[in-house]
This record gives sequence, C-alpha cells and structure tokens, in this order.
Amino acid sequence: MNRRKLIEERFFKLLSSIASYSLIAILAFIIVIIFVKGFHALTFDMVIKAPKGGFYYGGEGGVLNAILGSLYIAGGASIIAIGIGMPAALYINVNLVRHHALQNTIRYFLDALWGIPSIVYGAFGFTLMLYLGMNASLLAGIITVALLITPIMIRTFDEVLCTIPKGLLESSLALGSTNTETAFRVMFKQGFSGFITAILLAFGRGIGDAASVLFTAGYTDLIPVNLDEPAATLPLSIFFQLSSPIPEVRERAFASAAILTLIILVISLTARALSKKYSKSNLQ
Amino acid sequence: MFTDVEMCEKPDVVSTPYGSTSILRIRNLNVFTEDHHILKDINLDIPKNKITVLLGPSGCGKTTLLKCMNKLTDLYQELKVSGNIFIDEDDVLHSNSNIPAIRQKMGLLSQRPYPLPMSIFKNVAYGIKLQGVKNKSLIAETVERNLREVGLWEEVKDRLHSPGASLSIGQQQRLCLARGLAVKPWIILADEPTSALDPISSKIIEDLFRNLKQKYTIILVTHILRQAVRLADHVVFMNFGEIIEQGKPMELFKNPSTKQLKEYLVDGN
Ligand SMILES: Nc1ncnc2c1ncn2[C@@H]1O[C@H](COP(=O)(O)OP(=O)(O)OP(=O)(O)O)[C@@H](O)[C@H]1O
Ligand SMILES: [Mg+2]
Repeated sequence: MNRRKLIEERFFKLLSSIASYSLIAILAFIIVIIFVKGFHALTFDMVIKAPKGGFYYGGEGGVLNAILGSLYIAGGASIIAIGIGMPAALYINVNLVRHHALQNTIRYFLDALWGIPSIVYGAFGFTLMLYLGMNASLLAGIITVALLITPIMIRTFDEVLCTIPKGLLESSLALGSTNTETAFRVMFKQGFSGFITAILLAFGRGIGDAASVLFTAGYTDLIPVNLDEPAATLPLSIFFQLSSPIPEVRERAFASAAILTLIILVISLTARALSKKYSKSNLQ
Repeated sequence: MFTDVEMCEKPDVVSTPYGSTSILRIRNLNVFTEDHHILKDINLDIPKNKITVLLGPSGCGKTTLLKCMNKLTDLYQELKVSGNIFIDEDDVLHSNSNIPAIRQKMGLLSQRPYPLPMSIFKNVAYGIKLQGVKNKSLIAETVERNLREVGLWEEVKDRLHSPGASLSIGQQQRLCLARGLAVKPWIILADEPTSALDPISSKIIEDLFRNLKQKYTIILVTHILRQAVRLADHVVFMNFGEIIEQGKPMELFKNPSTKQLKEYLVDGN
C-alpha cells in the first residue's frame, strides 16, 4: 500500500515536471531559433530606420515604421480597452453583485467575444471603416484592435475581482462608501495585480495580431504621424518579408520577429515589476 | 403639531428596563430565501449605550439579523427582506435617504478582519475622507485618537504607512474597529469579533467593548457563553430564526424559561 503510494507520487511528480520543463524548453527553442535565424540581420539599422527604396529586395533600411506602428496601435487600443474594461469589470463585480443572472450572461458574451478569431474582427473593422467612410489608417487599426482586446481586458480583470472575498466589499460599504467609491478605492486596489495582468494580456494580443490590422491599418513604409495615415505593423512586416524569395530579406523577417518578442518581454517584465512593487506597498 | 406618522410611531418609543431608550427598533422583520424562512417575525428593541448579546446555535440567523440592520442584505439577491428597522425615525429598510449615511451610523466588525488595501493610516482615515474631511491635521488627529482608543497606537505609530494587511490578525481586528469608530457610528455591530483571535487579543477586544459602551451601543454575536456573561447587559437568545427569550443575563442564565435555552446552556457548559 505504502509502496504503491510512493510509486504513484513519484510518477506524477515526474509527469508534472516533464510537462513544465518541456514547456520552458519549447519557449526557449522558439526564441533561440528566431534569434539565430535573424542574428545577421539584427543590426542597429533595423530599429532606427524606416525602409529605404529596395528594402524588400535586400536594400537598405529597417523596420522602425512597423515598430512604431505596432506600438501606436497596441498602445492606443490598450488605452481604449483600459478606459472601457476597467470600469466595466468593476461594475460587474460591485454594482451587479446581486444580479447573478445578469453577471453570468455578461461573462458568457465576453467569453464568446474572446473566442472569436481575429480575422473576424478584421472583417468587422473593415466593414465599419467603409461604412464610416474612413481609409485604412492608424485610427481604424486602433479601433479594431481595441474591439479585439477589450473583452480580454474585462474578463481577465474580472476573474481576479471575482476572487476578492465578499467581506471586503461589505466592510467598505459598511463604512459608508458608495458603490463607486468602493469600486475605485477598494476593489480596484485589491485587484491591482489582476489589472496589470489584464493589460499585459490585452497588449500582448494586440501587438502580436496580424489579421485584425491586415485590412484596417494598411501598410506603409512611412512612419505614421497622424491618426488618419496608414500604419505598418510588425506582424505584417514579418509576413511580407518572410514571403520574399531573397534569403537576406527572410533573415530580416526573423530579426523583426526577434524585435517583436523583445518588446513583449520588456513590457511584461516591467509590468510585473510594477505590480509587485505596488502590491508590496499596499497589500502585504 | 403631531403628524399622523409621529402619532402612530409614538408607542414604539418604549423605554427599556435599563433606564435608557431604545436606539434601534426592529418590527416584524422577516427574511426569506426561495426555500427557507431565515428570520421569523423578529421584534426587538436595542437599548442605547448597552451591550446586547445575540446568542443562538449556528445557523439560527444571527449574522443575517446583523446584516439587515445596515442593509448589507442588499448584496444578496437570494434574500427577501420585509419589515421595519427604525434608527432615529429613519426606516433602514425603506428609507429614501441615502443608504451610505445610514450605514455610517453602524460600524461593522466582522468575524474575520478585512483591512482595506491601503496603509494603516489610510484605513482609519478612509471613512472620514469619504465624509469630506480634507484638513490634514484633523485627519491625522482623528487617526491617532481612534488608534489610541483601540489600544493600537503604541504598536503601530512607527509604521503607520505600512499596509494594513501586514498586521497580525488580532491587530487587524482592532484596526477594523478603529476604522469603524472613526466615522462616529451610533451602534457597533460585532459578529463573533473574537472568534479568530487568541485569548489575549480577545481580552483586549472585550475590555474595549466595556469602555466603548459609554459612547456607543454595541450589538455582539458570540458563541462563547462566558463572554456573554462577562459583557452582556441584555441577552437575546435565538433559535431557528426566532427570538426565543430575552432579558438580563443573570436572570436568563439562572432561570431559563424555555427548554431550548436550557438545552443550549447545558450543551454550552
Ligand atoms: N445568502 C444566503 N442564501 C441562502 N441562505 C442563507 C444566506 N445567508 C444565510 N442563509 C441561511 O440562513 C441561515 C442563517 O444564517 P446565518 O449566517 O445568519 O446564521 P448564524 O446564526 O450567523 O450562524 P453562525 O453562528 O454559524 O454564524 C442559515 O441556515 C443559512 O444557511
Ligand atoms: Mg454568523
């Protein structure tokens, strides 16, 4: 009996460690491949220059247009998603606390929206754009990506707010705070780490998505300076370069992928550090 | 000059056997869920500046009764509440005046402390800031006075800006009490406030309550009979959602008139 338990214990320990280490290995493998393949093309020029003439045939230049375009689009969309998502998640958990059916319906719809493939958002954004008489532009891209990431933002923050004990809500209300004060001064702070995770997830999804910006943001070698100008994005830039028959250009695709990965890594590390620092000073 | 309303409410203002008037009057309070009658026709007068202890077996509805008093039952869709709870002529359950103002008349001390996600200082300052107090020195003064009142000042005065959650559970419970007192409530609703505490912290809370009743009215739920004997001015014994007996602790505990209370006392000792 004891022996059986011991074997069982060892077996599952082995199984779970294999699972987690292989996950790390796969991630490392992907990153290594991208960096190795793009190593030669990963020059300083790549990040400080926009494409010059003949860039896509191996000519001079870099992908600064796509880096900035991606940051603008993902950043702008994240700001919109925060503006809508943060109050929405708080509303679901504070104001709707006694309306279970409504809460569940809203969550169900948000989950459904989360599951919709981004090309559908792209098509929807495209239709909306035509309807409004807009051109493919930074603004259209931002709006489409915002539609894509707002449900992610709300649900991720909501999942953390859900776990906050009802006693805290009751304590805050018992002190005479209104729902709004309770939401923004107490629940928001208590769920702050979830808020950071939500931003990260939403931003990461936004900056890495190609399908939603394919028709809406357009593509250009110029660096966008206005909301109504088209904007390049890193995923599309990678796509165009990767489909080239010229080896140097394909190498640049990997370099661009490495840059995108680095951006995401840097942003998630900063956000984690921020949230850790914040929760240290407030919670523990 | 009496209006009809005042005329018909007059008989309700009974003076209690303790020489003080009742501060809170509960009339025909009923709480239902879909399949359960949690509180049945509760009629209760809470004497002012006294400690009223609610006793009763687990699940008899003590916490629900407390939650009715400051309308926290609002947060539970499944609870249907009817009846009246008068505090100073305001009917808590049907008042049109703002609920936060009514809730501020009642400080809540729950079974487990829930410090707000902010510093010790801000925890205590939270309530008065909501009331619109902006004067920094007035806030600091209030915070110090209330932390002193619960005997926490000496322990925390050097770490006022560390998070409330960094305190021990016993300290957190006193912090929550200080936070509640800072908004100057009339009544303190305490739901088994010592159940998560060690004997020493429990004693501190008990001593506090004895002092606090000069200024506040306290309604205390407890499962500890000795605590009830030590603290109570008035005891209310509940069972299955009904008030079975109430009275002065000595009379009630020496000569329980119902079988249910007798059994409860025997099992409790
Ligand atoms: N939100 C709710 N939904 C359904 N039933 C509830 C709810 N709240 C309380 N009850 C029921 O009402 C009854 C009284 O609960 P309550 O928490 O008031 O008991 P209590 O006297 O405080 O018990 P304890 O001493 O264990 O804390 C219980 O049977 C409980 O199951
Ligand atoms: Mg209880």
